Amino acid sequence: MKKYFLLLTISLLAISIFAKTLEVCNSCEWTTITAAIKAAEKGDQLIIKAGIYKEGKIIVNKSLTISGEDYPILDGENKGEILTVLADNVTIEGLQIQNVGTSYMEDRAGIRIKRAKNFTIKNNRLYNTFFGIYLEHADKGIVQNNELIGEAVEEMSSGNAIHLWYCKNILIEKNIVRHHRDGIYLEFVDNSKVRFNISEDNLRYGLHFMFSNNDDYFKNEFRRNGAGVAVMFSKKINMWENAFEYNWGKASYGLLLKEIYDADIKNNVFKENTIGIYVEGSTRINYLDNDFVRNGWAIKISGGCLDNIISSNNFLYNTFDLSLNSSVNNNEFSGNFWSAYTGYDLDKNGIGDIPYRPVKLFNYVVNKTPEAMVLLRSLFIDIINFSEKVSPVFTPKKVVDNRPVMQKIEHIELFSLN
Amino acid sequence: MFKILKYSFFDLIRSRWTYIYCAFYALLTLSLFWLSSDLSKVIISLMNVILVLVPLIATIFGIMYYYNSREFTELLLAQPIKRTHIFLGQYLGVATSLSLSILIGVGLPFITYGIFGSAEIWNYFTLLLVGVFLSFIFSAIAFFIALKNENRIKGFGLAILVWLFFAVIYDGLFLLVLAMFSDYPLESFALGASMFNPIDLSRILILLKLDISALMGYTGAVFHKFLGSGLGLGIAFLSLVLWVVLPVLGIQRVSRRKDF
Repeated sequence: MKKYFLLLTISLLAISIFAKTLEVCNSCEWTTITAAIKAAEKGDQLIIKAGIYKEGKIIVNKSLTISGEDYPILDGENKGEILTVLADNVTIEGLQIQNVGTSYMEDRAGIRIKRAKNFTIKNNRLYNTFFGIYLEHADKGIVQNNELIGEAVEEMSSGNAIHLWYCKNILIEKNIVRHHRDGIYLEFVDNSKVRFNISEDNLRYGLHFMFSNNDDYFKNEFRRNGAGVAVMFSKKINMWENAFEYNWGKASYGLLLKEIYDADIKNNVFKENTIGIYVEGSTRINYLDNDFVRNGWAIKISGGCLDNIISSNNFLYNTFDLSLNSSVNNNEFSGNFWSAYTGYDLDKNGIGDIPYRPVKLFNYVVNKTPEAMVLLRSLFIDIINFSEKVSPVFTPKKVVDNRPVMQKIEHIELFSLN
Repeated sequence: MFKILKYSFFDLIRSRWTYIYCAFYALLTLSLFWLSSDLSKVIISLMNVILVLVPLIATIFGIMYYYNSREFTELLLAQPIKRTHIFLGQYLGVATSLSLSILIGVGLPFITYGIFGSAEIWNYFTLLLVGVFLSFIFSAIAFFIALKNENRIKGFGLAILVWLFFAVIYDGLFLLVLAMFSDYPLESFALGASMFNPIDLSRILILLKLDISALMGYTGAVFHKFLGSGLGLGIAFLSLVLWVVLPVLGIQRVSRRKDF
C-alpha cells in the first residue's frame, strides 16, 4: 500500500515538474496558438492572454490544458472550424470563440471533440459559431458553464449549439444556449446528463434527443424555442424539474415525445405552450407531479400510447386539458388537480366525489373536423360541452380521473443548484 | 330626425335600465381586473360576456322601447314629420345609448388600469368596436321585427328567436355542415359562413387578434391570412356595416308603408 502511495506521489511530482506552462500573446515567445501547440508536450498548459487571435483550424492533437485569460478572442473570420480536439485529456477554458461561418457542405464547429476521452470544456463563450460545441465519438467529458449565442435565421443554414453524436457519459451543465437551430442535440448518446442549462430562442428545439438511451435531463429551462424539447426513438430518459415555457406558435409544443419507452416525466412546469406535451406512440411513461399552466392543450396524445400513468399533476387554466384521438386507451389518470373541475367533496377527504373527464366534447369534435376550431369560445360550444359533461356520450369513457384532487398540489423540489 | 334622436337618447339616458346596464359592465370589468391582472385574459373573458349579452340586451331593449313608446310614436306621427325620421331617430337613440353604456362601462375601468401604452390597446379597441357594432346590429333587427309585428308577444318571441339563432343555432348548423362535409376542404366555406353571422364574425375578429389564434391551427391560419390583410379586414368590417345597414333599410321600407 505504502509503495503504491509513494509511486503515486512521485508520479504526481513528476507531472508537476515536467508539465510546462506556455504563454501565448503578442509579445510572448509564442504569438499563435498553433505554434504553441506544436511546441507543447503532453500534459502542458497553454495560457492564452487577452487579445484577438485570427486563427482558424487549430488542431489539438496532444493532451493539453488550454486556458484563456480575460477571454482572448479566437476569431475564425467565417472561414471554418476553429478548435478541433483529437487527443484525450484536453481541457479548454476561458476562451471566446467566434465567427465560424456558415457552410452547407460540412458541420463546422467552434470546438469539436473527435474520438477523444476525458475532456473538459468550461467557461467559454461562443458567438456566431455555426455549430458551437460538437462532440463526436466522445466519452467521459464535461461541458460546463459555456455561453453559446448564435445568429440563426433559418433552420437550413444554421447549426446546433451543443451537438453530440455517438457519445457516452457526458455531463452538460449550466450552459446558456441561444439562437441556434437546436439548443442541445443528442444523437446516439447514452448514459449522459443534461442539467441546469438555459436554452432559449432556438429555431427548432431547445433540446433534442434521437436514438439516445438511459439519459437524464433535469433543472433546465427551455423558453421561446420553436418547440421546447423533442425526445424521439429513445428509451429510459428521465426528465425532471425542467421548465418548458412560452413555446407558442402554430406548430409549437413544450415537449414532443415520439416512440419513447419507459420515461419518467416528473416535477416539470409547462407554461403557456400551444401544446404542453405532444405524445406519439409512447409507452410506459410516468407523468407525475407536473404543473401545466395556461397551455392551449396540456397534453395531446395521438395514437398508440399505452400503459402511461398520469398522476398528481396540476392542470391549471389550459384551454384543453387533454386531447386523444384513439379509442383504445389504457392510460391511467388519477389524483390530479384540474382547475376546470366543478365537482364537490362531501366527505372532506380532499378527493372529489364525482370523476373528472378531461376530454371535452369540443375536443372530440375538433379531432374529427379541425375546421370546427373556428367555433372556439362560442356559446354553442359551451352548451354542448356542458350537456356532454352531464351525460357523456361521445367522449371516451375510460379517460377519466376517478380521484380528482380538490386542492392544488404542492410539489417538493427534487434537486437544487448548489 | 336629429331632434327625435336627441329626445330618445335623453329619454333612455334618464332611464334606470341604462344605468344598471352600464354599471353591470363596469362592475364586471372591474371584478375581472381584480381577479386577473393580465389584460389579454380580461379581454377574453369580457369577450365571452359581450358576445352573448350585448346582442341579447340590444334585442330586448330595442323591442321593448318600440312597444313602450308606441303611444308617443302615434302622437309624433300626427305631426308633420317624415315617418322614416321618427323611427330612425328612435332606433339611433336606442343604439347610441346602449353603445355609450358599453363604452363607459367597459372603457372607464380599462382607462383607470392604464390601457394606454399597453400592447393590448388594439385588441381592446376591437372589443369596444365589436360591442358597438353588435348593439347597432341587434337593436336594428329588433326595431325591424317590432315594426313588422303589431302583436307584442309575437314580436318579442321572434326577436328572441333571432338572437338565439345567431348566438347558438347558427353555430350548431355550422358545426353540422362542417362535420358532414369533413372530407372536403372547408376553410373558405368556414370563412364565408362566419361572415353571415355578426356574432361569429366578431368573435373571430377578437380571437385572431389575441395569442389564442395559435390554437386554431390550419383553419386559424387561413382566417389569419384573410383577416390580417387590409382587404380581408375591410370585407369583415363591410360585412358588419351591412349588418347594420340592411335592417335599417328594412325599417325605412316598412315604416313608409306601414298602416297605423
